[in-house]
Amino acid sequence: MNTVKDRISEMIDGKRVIVKKPELLAPAGNLEKLKIAVHYGADAVFIGGQEYGLRSNADNFTLEEIKEGVEFAKQYGAKIYVTTNIYAHNENIPGLEEYMLGLKEAGVAGIIVADPLIIETCRRVAPEIEVHLSTQQSLSNWKAIQFWQQEGLERVVLARETSADEIREMKEKVDIEIETFIHGAMCIAYSGRCVLSNHMTARDSNRGGCCQSCRWDYDLYRLEGSDQEVPLFAEGDAPFAMSPKDLNLIQSIPKMIELGIDSLKIEGRMKSIHYIATVVSVYRKVIDTYCADPDNFEIKQEWLKELDKCANRETAPAFFEGVPGYKEQMFGNHSKKTSYEFVGLVLDYNQETQMVTLQQRNHFRPGDEVEFFGPEIENFTHVIEKIWDEKGQELDAARHPLQIVQFKLDKPVYPNNMMRKGN
Amino acid sequence: MTKPELLVTPISVDDIVPLVEAGADAFVIGEQRYGLRLAGEFNREDVAKAIALAHANGKKVYVAMNAIFHNEKVEELAEYLRFVSSVNADAVIFGDPAVLMTAREVAPEMKLHWSTETTGTNWYTCNYWGRKGAKRAVLAREINMDAIIETKEQAEVEIEVQVHGMSCMFQSKRSLLGNYFEYQGKVMEVENHKQQKDMFLHDKERGNKYPIFEDDNGTHIMSPNDICIIDELQDMLEAGVDSFKIDGILKSPGYILAVTKIYREAIDLYFENPDLYEDKKDELLEKIEEIQPANRPLDTGFFFKETVY
Repeated sequence: MNTVKDRISEMIDGKRVIVKKPELLAPAGNLEKLKIAVHYGADAVFIGGQEYGLRSNADNFTLEEIKEGVEFAKQYGAKIYVTTNIYAHNENIPGLEEYMLGLKEAGVAGIIVADPLIIETCRRVAPEIEVHLSTQQSLSNWKAIQFWQQEGLERVVLARETSADEIREMKEKVDIEIETFIHGAMCIAYSGRCVLSNHMTARDSNRGGCCQSCRWDYDLYRLEGSDQEVPLFAEGDAPFAMSPKDLNLIQSIPKMIELGIDSLKIEGRMKSIHYIATVVSVYRKVIDTYCADPDNFEIKQEWLKELDKCANRETAPAFFEGVPGYKEQMFGNHSKKTSYEFVGLVLDYNQETQMVTLQQRNHFRPGDEVEFFGPEIENFTHVIEKIWDEKGQELDAARHPLQIVQFKLDKPVYPNNMMRKGN
Repeated sequence: MTKPELLVTPISVDDIVPLVEAGADAFVIGEQRYGLRLAGEFNREDVAKAIALAHANGKKVYVAMNAIFHNEKVEELAEYLRFVSSVNADAVIFGDPAVLMTAREVAPEMKLHWSTETTGTNWYTCNYWGRKGAKRAVLAREINMDAIIETKEQAEVEIEVQVHGMSCMFQSKRSLLGNYFEYQGKVMEVENHKQQKDMFLHDKERGNKYPIFEDDNGTHIMSPNDICIIDELQDMLEAGVDSFKIDGILKSPGYILAVTKIYREAIDLYFENPDLYEDKKDELLEKIEEIQPANRPLDTGFFFKETVY
């Protein structure tokens, strides 16, 4: 049997290079985010439709928008997957076939599914669509993967609770594509095995209604006898909490590539375009740099700093490197403000006049130091001088959301580059 | 019309005979190495004894292997299944497909019950697991009475429904109690309390108390109320739901025994004459209310509650 490593890298001109580059899979909550994800380097994007997905609060895509997303992605050679990973109730069965036909029509490459009802319905009415098993199945061992492989699935998304060693064994024992999470918020429970929302707020967590009760604080008591309640905390102690830090596996990407993991997934269909652009571009660089020359690879400090610019929680590597302890949870007051704010999206740049045209996304004014980033440029900072509106009227500040503004910039930028400002 | 099986969860081997006398038809037992949230810990010797006692009384025993397994336990599933088979268990309860795969290899004649607790939410999926080899599907606690009845009507497998006791709301692989104690710097508490089952989380906003405990399978958080539908059994009896489960986790043997007797009486009354059950059901509910622990309010779970999403 070939070792995993053989298939992953080859010696070319005396230098080892990675020949099996994993897919970088990004989230998108709407068309704009999808386009940004693809533009910033995602190989594939997962989105939610209006039904059968798990984020009722996200914008979600109509079938028309899905189609447009698929066509946009195609120009970049990127794929679109649609999350249809609810655990359906009887009442959700009518309409499912039609929805699958709609997805087929729209040209999606795959669906991400937990419920066998949806797996088999898709197989029956839209066999062209790949079926990927959702992390909602909390798939944690190789034998269960073998089951789903025999069921004909193209890919499985593992439970967040799996470690590097476990994934190695899975890859050795079963020939199926494996997708794992690398970045973003995650459940503290085994996914699919939590119904806190159902009990606490009558919202069905496994059909998209999760209200994140695991992020709340609770008081821990011990019951002595039949009615003596003894607090297990002292006055002033932080209450019991089970809120996990967000996942961040940037340091483990080389190991994940060497394990032969097929798809590296970023969480966050509810996140902003700034978040998606930042995270996707960093991981794009990590993957490309490692694959080009794995034996001389080092994580650059600037990549870590870049990721931090859009982080709204502390991050940790979770289960990939072992069972997480208390330091990978958040207790007490743990809100973290993002260190940078997204203030403008580049629409155009005129080389001759050195004039940049932006869409305002947050307040900025002359004198502000801003940073530009994007796939075509190296990050650079700039102090804003005069700002004009579309009609050439000078402004004391860009204060209106989506307002089109212009100012002088001596370095070239490109459409969809972003401008951010330190908080 | 046949009577549904009355399925209960004993805490120890000593409970088997009294529970048989109280009217139990079948038992769920096992050990936490393979099973989830059991009322009692039954090692292999206990499993063998419990099965022998139950069989001597014409009752059935199902052994729980419904944990979420990681690679490290995959290899030993075969051995445990062989053991369970050798002591003539009447069925194995599974959630992880690894158990199904292993059973096909080493115990193909063993009956399988599919139970993940939270994901048995529609009739199609129950039948799916039936086609893969399960004889029974255990429904999620989060679906309502109408959906249960419809599922039973469409089912090609036996349908089991929990009618009484607490249910699980949450399972994490992390050591959430241990982590909290460690965070507080209470190293001793970690060892003293982590494995105990007397703790609860107080949700001040809702006034709820959620039992919480840790074991080999991680941290479990349980429902604040006990399901009790002793007075609402008629539709499921009429529909022919195959098994009614009383979950006795975190309860005393005496409580489990008393509740078993009351459900036995309800089922028997209905089959004698539905009107008799109708006349007496409020009284049966009162009997349960009398023995209900103060910290465990009764409710009807999701049987009559709609969830949104």
